Amino acid sequence: MKSKKRKNLVLHYTLLTILSIVWIFPIVWIVLTSFRSEGGAFVTYFIPKQFTFENYKMLLTSSTYPFVQWFLNTLFVAVCSCILSTLITIAMAYSLSRLRFRARKPFLKLALVLNMFPGFMSMIAVYYILKAMNLTGSLLALILVYSSGAALGFYIAKGFFDTIPMALDESAMIDGASKFEIFTKITLPLSKPIIVYTALMAFMAPWMDFIFAKIILGDNVNKYTVAIGLFTMQTKDKIDQYFMAFTAGCVLIAVPITLLFIFMQKYYVEGITSGSVKG
Amino acid sequence: MKLKAKADGPISFRELFKKGDTSIKLSYIFMGMANILNGQIIKGLAFLALQIGFVAWLVVNGFHALSMLQSLGTKAQGWVMDESLGIEVQQPGDNSMLLLLFGIAAIILILLFIFMYIVNLRSARKIFTLKQAGQSLPTLKEDLNSLLNEKFYITLMSIPLLGVLAFTILPLLYMISIAFTSYDHNHLPPKNLFHWVGFANFSNVITGDIAGTFFPVLTWTLIWAVLATATTFFFGILLALLINAKGVKGKKVWRTIFVITMAVPQFVSLLLMANLFNGSGPVNAMLQNWGLIDQPIPFLTDALLAKVTVIFVNMWVGIPVTMLVATGIITNLPTDQIEAAEIDGANKFQIFRNITFPQILFVMVPSLIQQFIGNINNFNVIFLLTGGQPANSNFHSAGETDLLVTWLYKLTVTAADYNLASVIGIIIFVLSAVFSLFAYTRSSSFKTEGA
Repeated sequence: MKSKKRKNLVLHYTLLTILSIVWIFPIVWIVLTSFRSEGGAFVTYFIPKQFTFENYKMLLTSSTYPFVQWFLNTLFVAVCSCILSTLITIAMAYSLSRLRFRARKPFLKLALVLNMFPGFMSMIAVYYILKAMNLTGSLLALILVYSSGAALGFYIAKGFFDTIPMALDESAMIDGASKFEIFTKITLPLSKPIIVYTALMAFMAPWMDFIFAKIILGDNVNKYTVAIGLFTMQTKDKIDQYFMAFTAGCVLIAVPITLLFIFMQKYYVEGITSGSVKG
Repeated sequence: MKLKAKADGPISFRELFKKGDTSIKLSYIFMGMANILNGQIIKGLAFLALQIGFVAWLVVNGFHALSMLQSLGTKAQGWVMDESLGIEVQQPGDNSMLLLLFGIAAIILILLFIFMYIVNLRSARKIFTLKQAGQSLPTLKEDLNSLLNEKFYITLMSIPLLGVLAFTILPLLYMISIAFTSYDHNHLPPKNLFHWVGFANFSNVITGDIAGTFFPVLTWTLIWAVLATATTFFFGILLALLINAKGVKGKKVWRTIFVITMAVPQFVSLLLMANLFNGSGPVNAMLQNWGLIDQPIPFLTDALLAKVTVIFVNMWVGIPVTMLVATGIITNLPTDQIEAAEIDGANKFQIFRNITFPQILFVMVPSLIQQFIGNINNFNVIFLLTGGQPANSNFHSAGETDLLVTWLYKLTVTAADYNLASVIGIIIFVLSAVFSLFAYTRSSSFKTEGA
């Protein structure tokens, strides 16, 4: 019995090790490549023959590819839309979960329907609306688009609020608290997991989004976010020259995001499981 | 029951007009009059200003925007003879696209105004009932206070909803209307006009020229969505069980290894995968170095192999996500059933099949269907990994691995066939709607079963 258990455990570890290698492998490869000093997009070996910091140096000083500027742009958009989106999502989710008004049920249905249209079906129209507002090519436009989208992405947060017992609100109401006071003094302090989850998602979206940013920012290289910026290094005619710099950029972006995510994963799981899974 | 509720409820607007005094009658014509004449001056003036602003807009822009909606413009850009000058001058022409956009915006504005008009009447009605009951009217301060209490939802939701109106509903209505026009690469404003064509685009997609692309792409989209969802779901749960098995040490470390790959931005990991699997990429190079193959494997350039690769790479992206969520569920599952089964001598596979898996499935059905819909719309994996390649010369602006969404993207951005793209968008919507409806009925049946 014991030896069988031991065998079982060995099998577990072997499987986990193999899987880990498969999953980690591309990431190790990108890190190694970013330090490679030999040029060319494709080489036939994994471990570089010579290591160098040149790729990073080039990336941080290049004027054709203003990576630092892109990084700051993305950070700016991410912080702004993180704050705005979180406020909006929480406000919408709270209203639709805890407050009662006539349009509530119809609106919940409407939001469900609106969410089913593929998001960038309307991107061309969004582009022209922003153009009419004279906002295309600006970071403000990106912030507007990301945060206004947050008003429909409230379902997970609403699921979370639904799980907070209504009795809390009722007893506060008996004590004479207004809805505003209940919201700020009772519900919000209880909602840390979902607030952090929402903020985390909203913060990460601009780092990852590609399509909307590309359409809205057009050719304005100085206003690019890192995602589009790095993508421009990947075109066929440039890839041989810039591939290492591209990977270096990827490392610089992925490291902070990954760390953030690892530290926050507790909230991610709490948010997802308490919010959506109960259906 | 219903009749009684009606008798208790507020009186109808028609009755209000008959019974109300002059101030109330006036507010049927001039918004806010009831408020102004009864002491709620600021609120009333706000209503009035709204009405004046609306009428002014209607005169300056609104009527024109509405009247152009039917024809979408008549003057094409080009040279026309100017009689008075006797020479040809360039006329700027109508821009059908902007006319359509402004027309729809005008309709939305009018609907908003009608809504505000009703709010105005409701406010008048409130004044009427309060006065009849001999109660005092709320002051401005009380009105504002109610925005933090019984009307708190207005405070919380109005700004977000304006955003939704401007950046979701208006664009969506616009794109839906495009599906009924001739807005394609031959009718690009401002050089050319486009017009309403009814259902012509739909029949073109379903039975006409485009059907030869549409049905293969649709089939692949559905196959992809099923396989992508099933593989990531199933193996994600297996991985979670593997990590959470009794006796495995360093659970946190194992979990973190997989979570890392989840946090790396997709444009990084997917572009990287595209390079890894390139014909002259490292994977092929390695296999060749080891002497396993003579020719590079066409991971991304052979139609069938590209599809397989896409599904495998998607597993790399998706399994950690399911793993993380499933972990949360597994750690909360009651263990008594499993222990009982172990005592009865059930083996690991039996326990998984008959106890653990059904329990996890039960909790995860709603998110599973969400994932399925998400995969129908999974733009990133295809766009960044293969870009829809390999090409298929029989397809209209689509490649072998293109999903409906990436095809939609190509139709708008590269081909400028906006009308076809809109039709595809509407079809994707219908697909998603059907599946969510299905999900909704399933999950509610689950709920009654559970109760």
